[in-house]
Amino acid sequence: MSLPNKKGYFGNFGGKFVPETLIPNLYELEKAYLQIKKDLKFWKEWKNILQEYAGRPTPLYYASNFSKYLGGHLKVYFKREDLLHTGAHKLNNTIGQVLLAKKMGKTRIIAETGAGQHGVATATACALLDMKCVIYMGAKDTERQALNVFRMKLLGAEVIPVYSGTQTLKDAINEALRDWVTNVKDTLYVIGSVVGPHPYPMIVRDFQSIIGLETKKQILQKEGKFPDIIIACVGGGSNAMGIFYPFVKYKEVKFIGVEAAGHGLDTDYHSATLCKGVPGVLHGMLTYLLQDKVGQIKGAHSIAPGLDYPGTGPEHSYYKEIKRAEYVAVTDEEALKAFKILSETEGIIPALESAHAAAYLIKIAKKIPKNTIVVINLSGRGDKDVMIVKDYFEKKS
Amino acid sequence: MEKGAKQIENLIKSIKKKALPPLIPYITCWDPDLDTTSAILWELAEIEPACIELGFPFSDPVADGPTIQKAIVRALQHNPTFEEFFEFIEKLNSQNYPVPIVCMTYYNILYRFGLEKTVKYAIDSGLSGFIIPDLPIEEANPWLKVNKGKGLATIFLVAPTSSEERIKKIAKVCSGFLYYISLTGVTGVREKLPEDIIQRLILVKNFSPVPVGVGFGVSKKEHINMLSPYVDAIIIGSAIVKIIEEKGKNAPQEIKKFLNSLK
Repeated sequence: MSLPNKKGYFGNFGGKFVPETLIPNLYELEKAYLQIKKDLKFWKEWKNILQEYAGRPTPLYYASNFSKYLGGHLKVYFKREDLLHTGAHKLNNTIGQVLLAKKMGKTRIIAETGAGQHGVATATACALLDMKCVIYMGAKDTERQALNVFRMKLLGAEVIPVYSGTQTLKDAINEALRDWVTNVKDTLYVIGSVVGPHPYPMIVRDFQSIIGLETKKQILQKEGKFPDIIIACVGGGSNAMGIFYPFVKYKEVKFIGVEAAGHGLDTDYHSATLCKGVPGVLHGMLTYLLQDKVGQIKGAHSIAPGLDYPGTGPEHSYYKEIKRAEYVAVTDEEALKAFKILSETEGIIPALESAHAAAYLIKIAKKIPKNTIVVINLSGRGDKDVMIVKDYFEKKS
Repeated sequence: MEKGAKQIENLIKSIKKKALPPLIPYITCWDPDLDTTSAILWELAEIEPACIELGFPFSDPVADGPTIQKAIVRALQHNPTFEEFFEFIEKLNSQNYPVPIVCMTYYNILYRFGLEKTVKYAIDSGLSGFIIPDLPIEEANPWLKVNKGKGLATIFLVAPTSSEERIKKIAKVCSGFLYYISLTGVTGVREKLPEDIIQRLILVKNFSPVPVGVGFGVSKKEHINMLSPYVDAIIIGSAIVKIIEEKGKNAPQEIKKFLNSLK
């Protein structure tokens, strides 16, 4: 049976826990999506933009230097989403959702952003497809990511700082939901990860699945078989779901999702929702969450701004439950080390998020048998992070 | 008198018979502290409300506007637990608090506490029911199941965007009252209410076997005059919470004055 089911559940996770006002919108969106899902013209248009404008397909690159660094017994490939326009995988989804909004006759797009990656990708799609664009961003994040705020503005978007709660990503999502409750008729909320109420986790997964579909084809060309292990970082989890999903029925392909352990899993400063959280309801979904005993949502921490989220996609919660994927975590320190190693060995400065995936491989490489083929989803480039990394190393020295 | 849905329904009917539809005030528990909450509740009892919505604070209140968000932040500074909330209700009832109280909170609080345990604690403490703004009927089955035959008010919300078919479905599972959201948006004081609100209220009343309360944005005497012929109860939240924000510990008297001015 294909998931989610009709009610929007992946096993015990998912659903649509939103105020009544939004329920008709979610049905409208689901109906529109299921219609275009069968519409070959829509997918052609979407694919054409991603190919001609954004640079798909992205390469599946054999990282021979990095493989050598790990001991030479593994073959490590990078799926180069960092080469996609705007610097990360986010655009696959925003082009899709903004196109969908146009087909639905919507005139205004809202989105949340944490680090600014999804905000920039949404603003880009809106500039290209001529839509009005409003981005909600936690006030703290607007300070930390001032350059991305400027980028979004250059692209014609309005950026609204959110001062409520922890003033970060989760509060930006709350505020975007509040906007949507208010402007239900003309607006579509473009969610940036495989999170939120049904049908979002499904829609975002489907758009991001292009990563895994390309990987499948490319690895067959290069190796004549599927990879043994796929590793991806998990915050909300869209890049991971995008590369996992097309392989899900091939049980021999092992999935590893790497969360952010921040200062360490035994501290309060991490974002390892699947490793350390418990199920609950936030942002319209039943999923693993970082929360206290009462059910108040905890602040998340990671040096990687895109992993800094106290929830995760319901399909990841499901993969954890049925043990289809293994979820692990690496610390800020380990991610930074990987960030340096990838820069030095391969000349690729990865996003700090993606560096988490590489860091876990560095950690376990010695235990992996010879000739194992590993694909790392290099979900984004690190240009956006160089200041954070510079500050970190300067503080340390 | 036994607490619960029936008591609220009867109170709404009996008060409305005498004069105007009763008010249902909302405040957030622990805003700014538990003693003030208690003092406000005793003052509120004197204006003869049909019931009181007492909010249990949740860190991510998506249905609430800035005023109630701030109240929730003030309340959360006390790190309240759900057990303490029920203890507070129990204490009020042991002092013969005369008005039924329903808890307004978000689903995660109940989910984390355990649905069955929530119902048990509610009944034992004398709480009359729950309003859960992020629990639409699609997701309500587990909650309705544990409530079956227990007598607590299960109050669901109907929105301006709800179709007739949905209104019927929602009305079927409501007890105590049905909560009609006056506008598309979050809680908070508004100058004007939507133009088609009267038509919508007539429609909703037509489908609802339980009394219909209207809330969100309602804050002025003129709103109440306009709505009164068409509803059974009127919910006032942010306008009261705003007084708590401004007056703090001196809010109880001011709130009573304000609500009396609306009558």
